[in-house]
Amino acid sequence: MLKEYQTVVNVQGPLLLVEGVSGVKFQELVEIELPSGKKNKGQVLEVENDKALVQVFEGTTGIDIPETKIKFLGKGIEIPLSKDMLGRVFDGLGRPIDKGAEIIADKMADINGAPINPYARSYPNEFIQTGLSAIDGLNTLVRGQKLPIFSGSGLPHNRLAAQIARQATVLGKKEAFAVVFGAMGITFEEAQFFVNDLKKTGAIERAVLFLNLANDPAIERIATPRVALTTAEYLAFEKDMHVLVILTDMTNYCEALREISAARKEIPGRRGYPGYLYTDLSTIYERAGRIKDKKGSITMIPILTMPEDDKTHPIPDLTGYITEGQIILSRVLHHQKVSPPIDVLPSLSRLKDKGIGKGKTREDHADLFNQLFAAYARGKEAQELAVILGEAALTDLDKLYFKFAEDFENRYVSQGEYENRSIEETLNIGWELLSMFPRVELKRIRDEYIEKYLPKKEEKK
Amino acid sequence: MKNGKIIKVSGPLVVADNMSGSKMYDVVYVSDYKLMGEIIELNGDRASIQVYEDTSGIGVGEPVYLTGAPLSVELGPGLLESIYDGTQRPLDVIRDESGDFITRGIQVHPLPRDKKWDFNPVKKKGDTVVEGDIIGEVKETVIVTHKIMVPPGISGKITDIKSGKYTIEDTVCIIQSGKEKYEIKMYQKWPVRIPRPFKEKMLPDEPLVTGQRVIDTFFPIGKGGTACIPGPFGSGKTVTQHQLAKWADADVVIYVGCGERGNEMTDVLQEFPELKDPKSGQPLMKRTVLIANTSNMPVAAREASVYTGITIAEYFRDMGYSVALMADSTSRWAEAMREISGRLEEMPGEEGYPAYLGARVASFYERAGRIIALGSDNREGALSVIGAVSPPGGDLSDPVVQATLRVVKVFWSLQADLAYRRHFPAISWLNSYSLYFENIEGVLKKEVGEDFINLRAEAMKLLEKEAELEEIVRLVGADTLSLPDQLVLEVARSIREDFLHQNAFHEVDTYASIRKQYFMLKNILFFYEKAKEAISKDVHIKTIRELPIMEKISRMRYITESKIGDLEKLHDEIDKEITRLINK
Repeated sequence: MLKEYQTVVNVQGPLLLVEGVSGVKFQELVEIELPSGKKNKGQVLEVENDKALVQVFEGTTGIDIPETKIKFLGKGIEIPLSKDMLGRVFDGLGRPIDKGAEIIADKMADINGAPINPYARSYPNEFIQTGLSAIDGLNTLVRGQKLPIFSGSGLPHNRLAAQIARQATVLGKKEAFAVVFGAMGITFEEAQFFVNDLKKTGAIERAVLFLNLANDPAIERIATPRVALTTAEYLAFEKDMHVLVILTDMTNYCEALREISAARKEIPGRRGYPGYLYTDLSTIYERAGRIKDKKGSITMIPILTMPEDDKTHPIPDLTGYITEGQIILSRVLHHQKVSPPIDVLPSLSRLKDKGIGKGKTREDHADLFNQLFAAYARGKEAQELAVILGEAALTDLDKLYFKFAEDFENRYVSQGEYENRSIEETLNIGWELLSMFPRVELKRIRDEYIEKYLPKKEEKK
Repeated sequence: MKNGKIIKVSGPLVVADNMSGSKMYDVVYVSDYKLMGEIIELNGDRASIQVYEDTSGIGVGEPVYLTGAPLSVELGPGLLESIYDGTQRPLDVIRDESGDFITRGIQVHPLPRDKKWDFNPVKKKGDTVVEGDIIGEVKETVIVTHKIMVPPGISGKITDIKSGKYTIEDTVCIIQSGKEKYEIKMYQKWPVRIPRPFKEKMLPDEPLVTGQRVIDTFFPIGKGGTACIPGPFGSGKTVTQHQLAKWADADVVIYVGCGERGNEMTDVLQEFPELKDPKSGQPLMKRTVLIANTSNMPVAAREASVYTGITIAEYFRDMGYSVALMADSTSRWAEAMREISGRLEEMPGEEGYPAYLGARVASFYERAGRIIALGSDNREGALSVIGAVSPPGGDLSDPVVQATLRVVKVFWSLQADLAYRRHFPAISWLNSYSLYFENIEGVLKKEVGEDFINLRAEAMKLLEKEAELEEIVRLVGADTLSLPDQLVLEVARSIREDFLHQNAFHEVDTYASIRKQYFMLKNILFFYEKAKEAISKDVHIKTIRELPIMEKISRMRYITESKIGDLEKLHDEIDKEITRLINK
């Protein structure tokens, strides 16, 4: 029998302090009945003697001290899981908001999950074709990877994420990805963009959406990515599906975490974020991956907006330490109408080496990648130099690199929002661009590949 | 033993009362889930406990079971080729017991109890032994012979010693000392927070060869030395650590993945059994122990993982081996300390880190060293410690970096801009340093070449000069430089691209023996000497640049170890080609 308490002694920000309780467990789910009859959900953050500290997901508006009733439910936060969740829309705590039926649970699962045993992991090495040259060619995504998009306010990260969700396939296999979408504190418009895009392409049938919008309770956001990932784990490791998880915007998640931390008067780390932000983020990001002898996989694309486009801000910084690379969007490129404005130099996919090459993409991929990268880096340097000294001061070779950098941004990085390039096309564009250089400049590519793939200069007419 | 009672649960910290009789750092089991924890504060009857497992669902009033013993590791045959979590639970066994996800309260033995090892005694009945003496050997893997030692604190006369196949729990030797009779088994336990004893500590006197050119030639670490690799994310800390774990010429390697990515441990687990140790030709895994506490595993166990690792490392050191320990990353260990300290409501020092951060870091690195082990044979062992540090935003003023730099003798500074240019390993040649040169100079001169030290100094001078010249180039362009200066730029570029840059993923380039490094550097600098001469005789730098040997120099890295002779031949070719230019 669950006891009900009416012993709230303190309400502060999103936190409640309840006294005189017994048998309360750490991280237990709590039901809070407001005087108005409304029922909110909460979670135990700390227990000490007969006191319990509870964080309220829906906020503490309307809670009073004498009448509010607290019930400890004797379990953690669980959500019902079923394959019927595909095609449905839920709120940030996993309750349906699309006016459809309640989910009949195939099983219940705690949203905190458990860490994957490193010994049970299988190394991600299957190339995912996103149809975007800047990703496929230079920052290759593989199945089971966690690759965030570092963006800034006003940059088209949502369009990029939607395009990836739309186009991602594993080469040679026709299986499409199931998409689990976790929205934290984004606006209605942004959310609607994803919903419409998924509907338009029919992808909604294999998508599960969890929406916590900007005007939804902030504290609920702490649960949203976990609810999304618990669903993804179920689909991937029990229903053998390949799942692509998109989480946006992680910056809002971190701010909710900071709010709780501040309310608890914890000693803050950098910029007021709690010292355990790294650990907390890793319990989200590390849920991506593949498991030995399991068919499914979880590939994760978290999106975060860097405050002031600052990569050293704690949120992108700690994210970068956990994830396997990052795709960085650049405001400068965006102004130059390069779309998607992916800044390939600081972007990185740590797992690309295992996902490319013969039998995966093409034998020349790694060499080509290195050459393009080196040439672009040198072209960028030439552009900088030209700003100081004037273009005329450049050597002929540097002028060529200068031109290459421009062409590279316009033809390789830039592409249409609905343009789905195959990996062959991506590689060939790369070769075409490189053909502007004399052969001796292509030092990083093996001769045999140059023979085989470099477009032959046309004979004089 | 009596039980305590929980009065508070806050994340990984649990406070219990009725705990009198327990000692600091004793291990306890929390609640009926039997979650392992360690006492980190005592106050009257109360104890604060850091719990090594997830504490969800634990509440006030639940029991705490005392053990009266500190957190210890089991040391004996079976350690090698294992992968452990932070408290030495084997992850493969955990997977067999609980599936792909780690659940709570699993208790498994660190070392296999049923496996029989072939024990070969090296002492006989009637011999007198002291603590640390080797009484027998077990061939644990094809490359490592496990020495069974008399545990510290025991000495006497052997009254019985066995030979043949035994499990680690069987008694293999009996030592009589006065009336005391000690039954010696093949394994011993040792508390992780106490360094294992030795007879004497000495200065490192030979290099730990890692096969990485920028390290061995420019910033070497001695056997028994300490080094740190700080760098922002994406600068290649982990790849560098993996390279060291793969190629360092240590007998035993302990790799501690502390609060890092799960897939990185998987990478090691998949790669190491396949890669061959350049010395023995056997799989690297045969000499490796892995400790994995990935970032999503419980935070308190992260704090323990570095101690677990270093205690195992010391044990192999005591056998007389050269051991290398890699800890990736010590920042996560420090953050774990910070989190626990915050929950204990201690007054914080810098950036919220506890005031004892510096002391803890220092005493950890001080467990490294070249030593004479206990025992009558005066055998020598060495433990080198290499720690990665992940400062926020790559900012070296971070307290963990500063605390580490105060104690370590080698600093490999990873730079983001080098990484962007895809210059790997992204170790800055201008900021890094090594303080072991004096110690190991003698060995290098004797075994590599008398002029090795001078070559290094000359190369370094060129690189520094390049940094100066680049400033000028940036302002006025390269063409305005004098020809000798243009040559300096050319040679410095060659040192950077053809020598310092090393591709970890290329099957030949990934490892370069110290002799190969010597010849490579010698060729580049010889080229410089000759080209300088040519320029003074009015040969234009452009014609030098177009020489076919330039390409040969850039391909030196791909010459296999068995064909090092080709590098010596290249020396003559450089001589011939440039002399021809001069005489033309």
